[in-house]
Amino acid sequence: MRALDVDYMLGLVSVILGYVPLTIGMALAAMVCALLLACLMAVERVMRVPVLDQFVQLFISFFRGTPLLVQLFLFYYGLPQILPVLSGINGVTAAIIGLTLHFSAYMAESIRAAILGVDRSQWEAAQAVGMTQAQSMRRIVLPQAARVAAPTLVNYFIDMIKSTSLAFTLGVTEMMGATQKEAAGSFLYFEAFLVVAVLYWAIVETLSFLQKQLERYLNKAITR
Amino acid sequence: MISIRGLTKRYGANTVLDGIDLDISAGERVAIIGPSGTGKSTLLRCLNYLDRPDSGVIRIGDLTVDAATASSAQILALRRRTAFVFQNYALFANKTARGNITEALITVQRKPRAEAEARANEILREIGLSDKSASYPAALSGGQQQRIGIGRAMALGAALMLLDEPTSALDPEWVGEVLDLMRQVAERRQTMLIVTHEMQFAREIADRIIFMDGGRIVEEGTPAQIFDTPKDIRTANFLRRVR
Repeated sequence: MRALDVDYMLGLVSVILGYVPLTIGMALAAMVCALLLACLMAVERVMRVPVLDQFVQLFISFFRGTPLLVQLFLFYYGLPQILPVLSGINGVTAAIIGLTLHFSAYMAESIRAAILGVDRSQWEAAQAVGMTQAQSMRRIVLPQAARVAAPTLVNYFIDMIKSTSLAFTLGVTEMMGATQKEAAGSFLYFEAFLVVAVLYWAIVETLSFLQKQLERYLNKAITR
Repeated sequence: MISIRGLTKRYGANTVLDGIDLDISAGERVAIIGPSGTGKSTLLRCLNYLDRPDSGVIRIGDLTVDAATASSAQILALRRRTAFVFQNYALFANKTARGNITEALITVQRKPRAEAEARANEILREIGLSDKSASYPAALSGGQQQRIGIGRAMALGAALMLLDEPTSALDPEWVGEVLDLMRQVAERRQTMLIVTHEMQFAREIADRIIFMDGGRIVEEGTPAQIFDTPKDIRTANFLRRVR
């Protein structure tokens, strides 16, 4: 067994740290889009709008039922062949769209469950004071559902950060792509991938810490 | 003037409300009594369409809602002329005590926030909970929550206040304060229809008592008529049991 090349690893840390903003940026952009899409789909699933409901169910089923990598390839390499408009799309955009669609399907189901978990009396009280369905949903039910869903949604964000590593298969040089290039030059695969693993881990641990703070805040806000 | 004609509600083969006819004058306080499961709460819930009646017509002022043709706009209009106090309080869990009162004033009645908050502060003072204005429902006692529930209904300025067993879910220690508040509301001649098991209270505040059994109004009259000289054997039996 050979010794670890610690100097190489320390040097690599600063190189890969330079790609952290792209990784976080892709995850953040996809998270914001996925949250919006998921909220719309969750509300639709609760309201059960005819026709649209079948479409949303199909969407959720497809994006939960197929691997993210397959979806990314289908979107980036496959779709442009039949829709030439998409041929100019770059890897980062394709990855963000792929992550958005994939995670929105999971998040929609979590948000839907959270909405259904809000006590029926909350709906009734909102209706009784004369609110429309949309007002009841937006002002009373969704905020309470958000509190329930928040920890799960942060988990999806953590998962999403790790999943951005798949963007390297679309030619994006993010944390994983940069590591792959560095390792291919130095042949120090163990050191290189250990460094990137620890960096992902550090990011996720930081988020887990923030997640606990968020939960504490959300609980305090309602029991003060 | 409120008039209800032929209000009927069925759950499957079970007729819970069987053609209720009822008129309530402005400022009148009507208490509904009767055994459990006789449709008292369902009557209240059908009056603002929390439960949709199968048939019957409800008139409040110039608004007429017929169950056969009721549109969502009419149902909304009906709900905006009534205020409902729930047995389990049903305060908005994500709103403070003040927020519970201002919410409908801002969202439904489109009042400016400052005006809604001034009104809420006034109500909080009346119900004796000014010091709890920033508290969330989870931090309040049952009695305090129900006082907010009544305050929320008072703020709406509705033509008809519907109170569905407002003290039934309370621990005995909180019942008194809620009854006191309802007395205050009644004294202002707020038109109210209240389902209650508090016979002494009903006798004290109501202009008229309605005894329901089997989804029908069996007997109605002044508190003295109903409590002292009930005509129907079912009324007499019920009163004997609850006394």
